[in-house]
Amino acid sequence: MATETSTEQVAAPEPPAPPADAPLRIRRVSAEGTLSVLGAAGAALALDWVLYERVLPFTGVLGFWVSWYVLFLVLYGGIAALQWDRMAVRDRIVQVTLTTGGVLATAIVVDQVGYTLVRGFTAVKHLTFFTQSMAAEGPLSPQDVGGVGHALVGTLEQITLATAFAVPLGVMAAVFLSEVGGRLARPVRTLVDAMTALPDIISGLFILAFVVLTLGLQKCGFAASLALGVTMLPIVCRASEAVLRIVPGTLREASYALGGSQWRTVLSVVLPTARSGLSTAVVLAMARGIGETAPVLLVAGYARGFNWNPFANWQTSLPLYIYYEIQLPQVTEKIRAFGGGFALIILVLILFTIARRIGGAAPGQLTRRQRRRIERESRRTAAERTRA
Amino acid sequence: MASEGPTRVMPAVPEDRPRVIVAQPSTGDKIFRGVLRASALSVFIITGLILVFLIIRALKAFKFMGFGFLTTQSWITIDPQHFGIAAILPFGVMIALIAMVIAIPTGIGIALYISEYAPTSLQRPLISLIDLMAAIPSIIYGLWGLLFLEPRILGFESWLGRHLGFIPFFNFRLSSSLASNYANSTFIAGVVVSLMVIPIITSLSRQVFSQAPQGEREGAYALGSTRWGMIRSVVLPFGKGGVIGATMLGLGRALGETIAITLIIVPVFHFNFHVLEFGSNSIAATIALDFASFPDPGSMGLSALMAAGLVLFAMTLIVNMLGAMVIGRSRSGLSTG
Repeated sequence: MATETSTEQVAAPEPPAPPADAPLRIRRVSAEGTLSVLGAAGAALALDWVLYERVLPFTGVLGFWVSWYVLFLVLYGGIAALQWDRMAVRDRIVQVTLTTGGVLATAIVVDQVGYTLVRGFTAVKHLTFFTQSMAAEGPLSPQDVGGVGHALVGTLEQITLATAFAVPLGVMAAVFLSEVGGRLARPVRTLVDAMTALPDIISGLFILAFVVLTLGLQKCGFAASLALGVTMLPIVCRASEAVLRIVPGTLREASYALGGSQWRTVLSVVLPTARSGLSTAVVLAMARGIGETAPVLLVAGYARGFNWNPFANWQTSLPLYIYYEIQLPQVTEKIRAFGGGFALIILVLILFTIARRIGGAAPGQLTRRQRRRIERESRRTAAERTRA
Repeated sequence: MASEGPTRVMPAVPEDRPRVIVAQPSTGDKIFRGVLRASALSVFIITGLILVFLIIRALKAFKFMGFGFLTTQSWITIDPQHFGIAAILPFGVMIALIAMVIAIPTGIGIALYISEYAPTSLQRPLISLIDLMAAIPSIIYGLWGLLFLEPRILGFESWLGRHLGFIPFFNFRLSSSLASNYANSTFIAGVVVSLMVIPIITSLSRQVFSQAPQGEREGAYALGSTRWGMIRSVVLPFGKGGVIGATMLGLGRALGETIAITLIIVPVFHFNFHVLEFGSNSIAATIALDFASFPDPGSMGLSALMAAGLVLFAMTLIVNMLGAMVIGRSRSGLSTG
């Protein structure tokens, strides 16, 4: 190093023009850091295999990986202690542990989604699975008879009705919290927060006690959607309030300064500005509602055939279908349950993708398409001006 | 007294008082606010209605069992009626506690990773992933726990039972060579519920961690701290309130979880704290498994379920309210959504 610099100085007495400012890359991964991790992982694997499989009387796949991980941390700590001081060692170990947390979360989600999709594929590859109901199906029916058609109908109708109750009410409550406020705001916010974690079976029990037993409505899709609405309302409210609160105050002030009343300001300034965030909140709440089993379980009944009318007779939804099918002993029924899981996960993923596409962005932040449209329009006006 | 001269010259100035501004809302605004206030109150009304109707329906069971409802370990609601929540409530609490023991460190760890360690390009995908984890239906968790996790976790359970059996919780009194003796246990249910609680704890804690003031972070670095040192001295103290609140909300969720537990456990009505042993229970699972047996609205069985539901509701509501209040009052929670 030293000789190099000295020869450079000799070779170039007049320093060349300084290179363009390149930002210093700070958080680069160093080779010894990566190699230490890899080395510790490999050593732990070998040691674990010897100890777990050969020496100690342990069995089980999960146990193997748990003890591998513990060994890995110990070995990594040892390797790190050879190179760095104590504070750095602690920092490294924490970093590795937390990174595992991130990897673990990813692995669990991928595993759950993947497991359901793979196992469900056996049922789903018969495309009639999506159009048939269980009306013609018996315990010995082959895999290509029977399906989730009726449950899809039930799920879509119930979630639509539930959204129709929960979204207006939830968004209005959120507007109250962020725009009006006052003494009432704090208890409402606390209660809404508490209700987001309301046990899902309680909303079903409530609708059973109130609507079905007291008001005398029969068990049907409508009752189920009321129960779903009770579950979704606090979720919508909480998420919408978070979005409304980051609408810049200057926009409101501008509207007031132009003489707008409060309701005009909310309707034509605040809500449109927060539109993408609000739609995300709504879609995420729908994704939560669509998978709820417990509220529906108590009040929707269980039908094996199509029922297009949510206001009369029992109606099945997808989670309910899975819940009943998985408890049956036949293999074909279990596979159908996974087929139902396939359909449910696809629905949740679709809603989720929609939510991510339309927003999640801060208010006023545009999507790529919106930005392109605005650019196109301004280019056109500019062209018209030059022509004129 | 010397200043008397100038004062006399000056006109008498009234004491400075802020001008009272009266903003008279227009009729439209009054109606608008009224509607909004009504919809905010609807949250109170719904909570109130839940309480009222559960109490009305539960009265019959409370009258029949009296105080014994809280102390009886049995659930016989047909003729020689004898039922109480002394077994199913603590079982549910055990499941929730196991879930929290796993979920609190994992959830906070993932939150710290996302907000402090993950490369910027990974942050948004990871946040989406945690949101997705929260959106995966509990029935899918149940399927996964029952058919994927359970066969794989039995070996680990028997390992715990044989080697850590001196800890009372892991003590195993059944024949340890039969794998089915470990199945459907409190432990497995707790593990599955922990996976449902992790996204709640993670997303709330991540929000508060990412709001830790930049100046204080840089201060810690400037004093020569490592990243972990910075986290320990700035991020964690700042986020403490938010994390406690998130934990409480997670506990509320764990206490109220229904379907995944119902699928995984086999109901037992005699409480024991040996978490690895076959069989478990919870209030929500009892309701889900039992409600269909009582089509008659006036029956004792239904009333008993309503009573159990009321206890569950009251318990989770209190836990959640405390959590929400802690979040609301903490320094870190002031600006979170």
